[in-house]
Amino acid sequence: MGSKRQFRIWRGDETGGDLKDYTVEVNEGEVVLDIIHRLQATEAPDLACRWNCKAGKCGSCSMEINGKPRLGCMTRMSTFEESETVTVTPLRTFPVIRDLVTDVSFNYEKARETPAFAPPADVAPGDYRMQQVDVERSQEFRKCIECFLCQNVCHVIRDHEENKPAFSGPRFFIRAAELDMHPLDTRTDRKEYAQAEMGLGYCNITKCCTEVCPEHIKITDNGIIPMKERAVDRRYDPLVRLGSKIFRRGETPQNSVTSARAAGPATPSTSAGFHSHAGGSHDSRAEAQAQSGVNWHREVPHPTAPAVDERGKLPLTELTFDRAAAPSPFGDDVSFPLPPEHLNFAHPEQDKH
Amino acid sequence: MTTTTRIERHHYDVVVIGAGGAGLRAAIEARLAGKKTAIISKSLFGKAHTVMAEGGAAAAMGNVNPRDSWQVHFRDTMRGGKFLNNFRMAELHAKESPQRIWELETYGALFDRTKNGKISQRNFGGHEYPRLAHVGDRTGLELIRTLQQKIVSLQQEDKREFGSYDARIRVFAETTITELLLDGDRVAGAFGYYRESGEFILFEAPAVVLATGGVGRSYKVTSNSWEYTGDGHALALRAGANLINMEFLQFHPTGMVWPPSVKGILVTESVRGDGGVLRNSDGKRFMFDYVPDVFRKQYAETEEEADRWYTDPDNNRRPPELLPRDEVARAINSEVKAGRGTPAGGVYLDIASRKSADEIRRRLPSMYHQFKELADVDITKEPMEVGPTCHYVMGGVEVEPDSGAAVGHVRGLFAAGEVSGGMHGSNRLGGNSLSDLLVFGKRAGGHAASYADGLVERPKVAVQAVEAAVETALAPLQRDTGESPYTLQQDLQAVMGDLVGIIRREGELADALVRLAELRERVAKVSAAGGRRYNPGWHLALDLRNMLVVSECTAKAALERQESRGGHTREDYPSMDPKWRRLNLVCSLDGDAVRLTHKPLPKMRPELIGLFDRAELAKYLTDEELAEFDALTEEANN
Repeated sequence: MGSKRQFRIWRGDETGGDLKDYTVEVNEGEVVLDIIHRLQATEAPDLACRWNCKAGKCGSCSMEINGKPRLGCMTRMSTFEESETVTVTPLRTFPVIRDLVTDVSFNYEKARETPAFAPPADVAPGDYRMQQVDVERSQEFRKCIECFLCQNVCHVIRDHEENKPAFSGPRFFIRAAELDMHPLDTRTDRKEYAQAEMGLGYCNITKCCTEVCPEHIKITDNGIIPMKERAVDRRYDPLVRLGSKIFRRGETPQNSVTSARAAGPATPSTSAGFHSHAGGSHDSRAEAQAQSGVNWHREVPHPTAPAVDERGKLPLTELTFDRAAAPSPFGDDVSFPLPPEHLNFAHPEQDKH
Repeated sequence: MTTTTRIERHHYDVVVIGAGGAGLRAAIEARLAGKKTAIISKSLFGKAHTVMAEGGAAAAMGNVNPRDSWQVHFRDTMRGGKFLNNFRMAELHAKESPQRIWELETYGALFDRTKNGKISQRNFGGHEYPRLAHVGDRTGLELIRTLQQKIVSLQQEDKREFGSYDARIRVFAETTITELLLDGDRVAGAFGYYRESGEFILFEAPAVVLATGGVGRSYKVTSNSWEYTGDGHALALRAGANLINMEFLQFHPTGMVWPPSVKGILVTESVRGDGGVLRNSDGKRFMFDYVPDVFRKQYAETEEEADRWYTDPDNNRRPPELLPRDEVARAINSEVKAGRGTPAGGVYLDIASRKSADEIRRRLPSMYHQFKELADVDITKEPMEVGPTCHYVMGGVEVEPDSGAAVGHVRGLFAAGEVSGGMHGSNRLGGNSLSDLLVFGKRAGGHAASYADGLVERPKVAVQAVEAAVETALAPLQRDTGESPYTLQQDLQAVMGDLVGIIRREGELADALVRLAELRERVAKVSAAGGRRYNPGWHLALDLRNMLVVSECTAKAALERQESRGGHTREDYPSMDPKWRRLNLVCSLDGDAVRLTHKPLPKMRPELIGLFDRAELAKYLTDEELAEFDALTEEANN
C-alpha cells in the first residue's frame, strides 16, 4: 500500500542552500511531517525540523509546502496527486537557521513589546466575575497556537525586512485585540497603542493571515478591523476633526480617512503599500535583493486586480462599509501619490492584448 | 580551550529546567522572590506538552456544586491513586489548587464561565462533583499561554526597572540540559547545549528545579511529544536523587494506532458511551468475553441487551465496552496478542455502522473534525483502529511534599509536575495534572529561592566535571561506527511497548531487563551523522541515554511489584494486595546500575484518614492498619 513519492526539501543554512530531491515511501494516511520523520530515520538523520505535539495543537511544525504556509502535521499526503512532487521549504519571512528551522525570535521580541494584561487593582483573586458572552470574543484569539504562519504570510514583512522594527504583525494585533476586549483589563489605550507603536496602520486588510490560520481565527474581521475601526471613529469625532483641520492644514482629505494615517510615528514607509507574496516583483530593488539571498519557489505574481463587481465597478457601499468610503484598489492604508514602481493596478482586460 | 568546545557561562540563583506549566510557575515564583531565574526550554517558549491537556484543571472551588471542598477532592485523589499517593501531597494539592486557578485570572486567563460569572467547572471521571476549570477543550493551551504572558509581564517590569527584559528572568529556548553539576552533594550548576547552534552552555546556580515532564517517548504508541524522554528523571538519578513509583504508567485504552498521522492521539471515552463498539479482526464484539466476575452483575451478557441499554439504561445492563479503562485496555491487549488485531496492532472501534452520519457529527463534533482534518478518516463511514496509548507517568523524583526538594544524596535539587512522583499514587485522575503543575510548581520555585538565600557560600562547578560533560555530549558525533539513534529508539520502544506495556508478566519483564542491558551496550556506542547545528539525530542520541535508564527503572520496579494496582497490571498477580500498598519502590543509581529498594509509605494523619468510610478503607488497608483505624475512631468517640 506504500508508494514511492518525490519530495524536494530545502537543505542548507544561513549561508545558502538548495532544494534536495528525495524519493521516499509514503503510506496511506500519512501527513507531510510523517514523511520528514521517515527521512530523518533513514537517509537524512540530521534533517532539521521543529515539531512537538503532532496533533495541530502546539504550532511548531510550520513550513511552506508547495509554497503555501502550512503545519506539517496537518497537511495530509492524500491532498497531493501521487505523481506530484512535494516541495517543502522553511518559512520565508524569518531567517533560516538550518533546513526547515527558522529563527522566529522576531515574534518573541514583539511579544515582549506588547503590553501585558493589566489586572484591576481592587478585585481580589477569586472575585473575578465575567459573563461567558463577554469572554468569548477574547477566547477566540486565545485559541492562537503561535505557529506564526500569519506572521510569515503577512506581506508587510514578507520580503520587507525594513518594516520589521515598526510592525508587530497579525499575531500581536489579535493579542492587542484580545486584551482590548478583555472585560477586566484596565488599560484603555490598546487601540491607540496598536496604531502608534505596533504598526497596525501598515495592515491593509488583505486577509492572508486569516486564510492561513490553522485555528481558523478570524484575525482580520474579528481582530484587526475592530481595532482599526475605533481609531477611525475617533477621527470622525467632529472636535477631533476640527482640531486636525486646524493643526494639520496641509493634509489632504484622502489621507485623513484611511486609518493608516492615524498616528504619525507609525506611518508606513512607502514600500509597505503593495501586496506581494512571492517577492517584491513590483519593486526591482526588492526583487534584486531577494534574488541575491536564499531563493526558492519564487514566482513573479500576477498584478492584483481591483475588487470590481460584475458591472466592472467598484462597490460603493459607503453606508454599510466598515470604513468610510469604498475600499481603495491600492489597499486602504496607502498614502498618495504612490511611487510609480509600487503601482499594482492591472487592467482587467490587459491579458487580452 | 579550542573553539569547538567554547562554553557560554551564565550565573543564576535558580535554574528551572522545563518550560511547561510546572516550570513556568516555578520560575514565576522564584522571580517574585527576587531571585535571578533562568528557564530552560527544550522547545520554543510556549510549545510545551502542557498544551495537549484538554479536559481541565481540577480545583475544589465549588462554583458549580457548593458542596465540593478540599476534603472531597483529597478523597477522590486518594481513591484514584488506590491509596498509594503521598497523602501530604494530595492534601496540599486539594487545599491549594483553587488559589492557584484564581491567581491565573489575575495573569489574564479567561476560563469558561458559569451563569453567575464565576469559573465554570465540568464533571470528569473519578471526581465526585463538577470540578474541572476549563476553556473548551484547550485548557492546557490557556494555562501555558497565561503563564508565558505572565513571564513576559514580569520581564516588562524588569525592563522598566533595570533597562533589560532579561535582567531577572530569562528564557533559554531550544536548549537541552545534559548534566547536572555537583559540588559534593550540593547542586552547583547545569550543563547543556543550544539546539540551534550546538554550542555548549553552562549555568552556575545553587538551586535547580526539574520540571521536564514524562517518559512517553520510550513507548511505541504514545500521546507524548518528542521531548518526553525522561530527562529530568535521569538527571535526578545521576545527581543522587531517588525515583519512586516508576512502575506506574497511565495507558489510555483507545488511542488511535492507524493511520500514522494520528497514532497515539486519544479517542474520547464518549465514543463508546454513545454506542461505539470494539471489534477484533474477525468482526467479533469481543468485550463480552472479558467481563471480570466482580463486574458480572452490572454488565450485559448479550449484544441485544447491551444495545438496549443506550436507550433504556434503567432496565438493561451496561455494554461491556464501558468497563473501567484498565479492563478495556487489557482486553484489547489480549486480542492483539492472540493474533486477532488489526494490521497496525489495534482493534476496531466502530461507531460508523451503529449511528447515522448526522448523529455522529452532532454528538462527537470535535472527534469528527479532528480525524477528518488530521487524518482524512471519516468516522461516520469507517471504523477507527485503536489500542492502548502511553499517556502519563505517575512515577518520578521522590520529593519532600512541602518543598518539592528531592530526597536522596543531593541538596539544591527540586522537582515539580509530571517529573515528580508520589502525588498521584498509582493512577492519576483526569484534571489533576494541570492543578498539580501549579500547586507544586509554585512550591518548588519558592523553596528553591529560599534555599539559594540560605546558602552561606555558593557551590563551585568543577572544571573536570564540565570537561567530562563536553566529552559525553560530543561522543556520538565523533563515532561513526555505531548504530543510528533512530534504530536504537525504535528498538527501545519495541522492548518497552511489547514487554513492559500495559499488561505485564514476570517472564516478559525479566526478558525486558536482559534486552535493556543489551541496548545499554549499543546506546553507549551510538553515533550521529552530521554536525552540531540543529542536528536532531545528535539530540536523540543524547536523549537515548536518559530514556534507557528510566526504562530500566520502570522494568525493574514492574518486576518487583507483585500485585496489580492502578497503572501497573500484572497478569500473574491480578489483584491488589494491601501489603504492597504500604510500600513505595525506590530506584537510585549505584554507579551505573539501577538499585531498587523498598520504602514504607508515610502514614496518613488521623484527621485525614478519618475522612474515609471503614468499608472503603477495608479494600485497601491491611488488617493491622484497620485495627489502628478502629482504635482511632473509638478514641474519637470516647
